[in-house]
Amino acid sequence: MTDTAVPLTTKKDWVSDQEVRWCPGCGDYGVMHAVQALMPELGINTENTVFISGIGCSSRFPYYMNTYGMHSIHGRAPAVATGVAVARPDLDVWVVTGDGDALSIGGNHLIHALRRNVNLTILLFNNRIYGLTKGQYSPTSEQGKVTKSTPFGSIDHPFNPLSLALGAEASFVARTHDLDRKHMMATFRAAHAHKGASFVEIYQNCNVFNDGAYDAVTGKQARAENMIDLVHGQPIRFGAEGHKGVIMGTDGQLRIVEVAEVGEAALLVHDAQRHDPGLAFALARLSHDDHSPTPFGIFRDVERGDYGTMVADQVLAASQKKGPGDLGALLRSGGTWHVSA
Amino acid sequence: MTDTHSLTDTERQDRQPEQISHVVVRFAGDSGDGMQLTGDRFTSVSALFGNDLSTFPDYPAEIRAPAGTVNGVSSFQVHISDHDITTPGDAPNVLVVMNPAALKADLHRLEQNGLLIVNSDAFETRDLEKAGYDHNPLHDDYLAAYRVVEVPMTSLTQLATEPLGVKPRDAERSKNFFALGLVSWLYSRPIEPTVEWIGTRFKDLVKDSNLAALRAGFNFGETSELFDHPYQVKPAQLPPGEYTNITGNVALAWGLIAAGQLAKLPVFLGTYPITPASDILHELSKHKHFGVRTVQAEDEIAAAGMALGAAFAGHLGITTTSGPGVALKSETTSLAVSLELPFVLVDVQRGGPSTGLPTKTEAADLNIAMFGRHGEAPLPIVAAYSPAQCFDAAIEACRIALKYRTPVILLSDGYLANGSEPWLLPDPATLPDISVPFQTATNHVAEDGTAEFWPYLRDPETLARPWAIPGTPGLQHRVGGIEKEDGTGNISYSPENHTKMVHLRQAKIDGIANDIPLATITGDADAEVCLLGWGSTWAAIDAAVQRTRRAGTKVAWIHLTHVNPMPPNLGGLLKTFKHVLVPELNLGQLCRLVRADYLVDAKAITKVQGLPFTSAELENAIQEALTQGAGK
Repeated sequence: MTDTAVPLTTKKDWVSDQEVRWCPGCGDYGVMHAVQALMPELGINTENTVFISGIGCSSRFPYYMNTYGMHSIHGRAPAVATGVAVARPDLDVWVVTGDGDALSIGGNHLIHALRRNVNLTILLFNNRIYGLTKGQYSPTSEQGKVTKSTPFGSIDHPFNPLSLALGAEASFVARTHDLDRKHMMATFRAAHAHKGASFVEIYQNCNVFNDGAYDAVTGKQARAENMIDLVHGQPIRFGAEGHKGVIMGTDGQLRIVEVAEVGEAALLVHDAQRHDPGLAFALARLSHDDHSPTPFGIFRDVERGDYGTMVADQVLAASQKKGPGDLGALLRSGGTWHVSA
Repeated sequence: MTDTHSLTDTERQDRQPEQISHVVVRFAGDSGDGMQLTGDRFTSVSALFGNDLSTFPDYPAEIRAPAGTVNGVSSFQVHISDHDITTPGDAPNVLVVMNPAALKADLHRLEQNGLLIVNSDAFETRDLEKAGYDHNPLHDDYLAAYRVVEVPMTSLTQLATEPLGVKPRDAERSKNFFALGLVSWLYSRPIEPTVEWIGTRFKDLVKDSNLAALRAGFNFGETSELFDHPYQVKPAQLPPGEYTNITGNVALAWGLIAAGQLAKLPVFLGTYPITPASDILHELSKHKHFGVRTVQAEDEIAAAGMALGAAFAGHLGITTTSGPGVALKSETTSLAVSLELPFVLVDVQRGGPSTGLPTKTEAADLNIAMFGRHGEAPLPIVAAYSPAQCFDAAIEACRIALKYRTPVILLSDGYLANGSEPWLLPDPATLPDISVPFQTATNHVAEDGTAEFWPYLRDPETLARPWAIPGTPGLQHRVGGIEKEDGTGNISYSPENHTKMVHLRQAKIDGIANDIPLATITGDADAEVCLLGWGSTWAAIDAAVQRTRRAGTKVAWIHLTHVNPMPPNLGGLLKTFKHVLVPELNLGQLCRLVRADYLVDAKAITKVQGLPFTSAELENAIQEALTQGAGK
């Protein structure tokens, strides 16, 4: 999808008349404003856009967008959205989900939507906590986390959402965070432009039940040293002066190094378009906690036929081969006989 | 072909077919013996011949249970007739058994003095042991009550195929065609259609082997003296017109395709494979040129979600399943109640609970269809009653879903799904127009004069809300599972509004009672006993009512195709009878509903064996009610 020079809409056109009911200070506001600001730039119409969500705080999102939308069932948004996208490949279909919604109760639907490469833009708001049910640990909560449901600390090993998406061979995988509108808009724009399933993990702060979960990575003080900006075709380096970088060791492991020590030529060059998801997977595994350098941006962006188009193509091919359906012929297709009066 | 029993031409002429009015044949063998195929071919040929017929495939859940065991027996029963029939017959007149296990599993069904055709080659000690016989029933008086004809089918097939170079072991796979040929001769069925069919279905040596076996079986019947003469069942005097033979699942799939055409909407099926519903997916997936989209989802829940998403986007959204899948789709169906979108859930019922009897029939999902959702979540229920009628039932379910913007549950069952009958083809031009318009314009004016779209502003007559699909300018709106304000559709937690919405959703479904046919009485309106049926019990009830009345006893019958809401005159009608009997393949689920709704002292006649009622069982129930009633 190309951006048009003269936007068809303004941000105001995308804002519904409903009162936004997230907690004051919630990271969801930042994401919503980024999406609403981006939409006019995409050159699309509000009436051809559909937002589908599941259940959870972030899943209230469709109510606030002046588009078509459905606040569906916990975990099932990718399935409902698949129905919309397969029925109507002409529509822009977005899925808004959270870490509990997408990775716990709805894990199955998420991986299959990604596997099928349904033309959806999936925004996963990852705050590593259950907010709507008031503070239980989620499938992305770190081990040892003390919550209402884990007074002795969580013993569950958390999911890395990007690893999961890449494992399902998602054709577009990216990460952004709720404090950087520009980065969010750029990431969402690329996700929307991608034909097929686009998966974007958004580090999102829940200031009530898990405040500051990402401070050590995305906080103003930490950003320079702990955020790695992935740029396709560029050596992977970060740090205030770009003094750190990522290399792939002879053992195949990615390592963080001082550029001065290895030389710039030794740095790993990011390739989001590599068909094999191995490199993207290794980058997704680079950080194992919320305190170490973490890659952001587009991990993977490869072309693969999208499901809705392929379904439509089969329908079209069948109609071209057999002509439009003829009910009378169908009823006779199993062989008939006549009984005379 | 061995020719040891050859007859002279004169003798052959004496063996003219004897005319009989009907016959029930049951083919039974191991799961690997091809009995379903054999029965199916016999049925197809009989259909082409013009008989009325009804079939009952009966097979195990295991794809291949241990060969030769009773658990692995697969049977196919077909009733062919020269008059109008509805059931596959209570007791077979002819039983063809390919091995001792089949004899053990099905002998009790055969009528007294019935014809028992046995593949005698399969009665070696080891075969007998596997079937659990400690004696050879062919060698003692165990089968004295039947007319036994022993035919060494395996070795005769081997002999017939040997000249083609078929190895004895491979030849054994063709022995079902030998059995088919033999029974075809016995009932004067032409083999040409099957010869043609084998030519399209098989190739090379397998084709030749099957053809040789079929002909050998036919010729064996003609030349051997094992049977006095063949029989013939003349074509039935059915209403004039063009017929096809159809199973319930295919009729249902075609009904859904027809509904899409009649509604001028693309059909979208989201589904997950489950016995005995999968054939609906198989059938629909063939017909993409009708604009049909089928998605085999990752699970039952996704299947329902996709269908609902497609409905939101303006397609005819359908999901198909059986009992366990209904449970999994419950949450989505409840959402569909709340969203008030058209959505059709097809439940091809099977024995339950849980995995239960996946390949056997039962009709015990009426409760879950009625009540298996959270909150007050009423929805209409349509029940198909015969294989061919699944076509009309599918159209009716879609009609109601579209007109009232509601999920509808369509109940079929394993007996209807796999059973077949001749179907007088409808003229597509006479099928109803079930299209409904999408909302294309705003429907409300705000106080400040702005034109608005209110997604929950209802049609005063049907109480249906407008169906505005994505892509329609100016009608952008959001729907969701949270309670909505009547009219605007905005989120509302108001106590008064929730009360209003719960009542409105119920009133919408209740009102459908005025849009369905009134209940009618078949038989004697002045009888003491009235049978109230629903679903596939139709066939057995029909036969039982006919027989009871022929015997001079008055009986009435009402059959429901709309189980919720029920026809508005039903309560009044039931109250005119002294005895109301409700035959059901469950423990009395409809019976409980009519007792609760109409305060009628209805009694359930129940059967939960994974098998349909026989008409004799229902005849007895009628007589018992009369006897007990007289004693009071």
